[in-house]
Amino acid sequence: MAKQLYYEDVEAGMEVPPLVKKPTTQQLVKWAAASGDFYQLHYDKDFAQAQGFPSVLVHGKLKFGLLGQMLIDWIGEDGVLKKLGCSYRGTDFPGEDLICKGKVTNKYVKDGEHIVELEVWTENPRGERTTPGTAVVALPSRG
Amino acid sequence: MTEGSAITDELRSMIGMATEPVIMEVERGAIRRYADAIGDPNPLFSDVEYARNSRYGEVICPPGFFGWPLKRGGMMELLGTIGGALFRAGVPRILDGGVDYEFFLPIRAGDILTSHGKFADFREREGRTGKMLFITMETTYLNQNGDLVAKARSTLIAL
Repeated sequence: MAKQLYYEDVEAGMEVPPLVKKPTTQQLVKWAAASGDFYQLHYDKDFAQAQGFPSVLVHGKLKFGLLGQMLIDWIGEDGVLKKLGCSYRGTDFPGEDLICKGKVTNKYVKDGEHIVELEVWTENPRGERTTPGTAVVALPSRG
Repeated sequence: MTEGSAITDELRSMIGMATEPVIMEVERGAIRRYADAIGDPNPLFSDVEYARNSRYGEVICPPGFFGWPLKRGGMMELLGTIGGALFRAGVPRILDGGVDYEFFLPIRAGDILTSHGKFADFREREGRTGKMLFITMETTYLNQNGDLVAKARSTLIAL
């Protein structure tokens, strides 16, 4: 595991180390089975093309999961993910890089907890934010 | 495309409509398969020995995973009912708009969760191609001790 991140290490504007993924059609099928989401748009190319898409689409909830992975790697085992939300704004396709990113927007102490707020998003190879969202984490303090 | 508002009396009368509770079992194997499908090697999700020695004492769920239904409630029926009303309101296409989760407690392998879903709210917006309704579905997850572990607000976009 990565070393523990502390509240004092974080400032507004700081970026979360990006997590670069390249979902394959095989990963989409694995995720469909593991999540129980069997909507054909995500594994049946004929179905996707009949809906006007060039290919099957990466599940929105899988992109949520990847953002979660990025954050949990960053906050370490003593950090707590309190909130994570995202909008499925753009479509992503298997075989393309999907880059998870995040940036600290605010930090404060509330009710004894050391809180950090972030904006998070996934980006496609054209630099478009396809899954914008926000997150709130609590970090341990050296204080 | 309908004239005027897509918010019909039928839709308005459905706000607050709730599902039967769904009972879910959180199994180690299901957690491991989910983490593997994400491509997340974090040992807290897959390594029982490692997790036992962590502050969690047991394998935990990655965010957004809540185990498998032991007893299915009525979420599909509720969505079907709302879908019918949206069709009659002239906004038949439904897209998954996104989700916001709040996490209150870790979910451990062995937990039995109960979720309650409801049609919480909607608002109307004029989109580029006509009327759009943003529908909010709210789901709460309780563990076997009756403690609130997570809350989800999902957005459906009807157009």
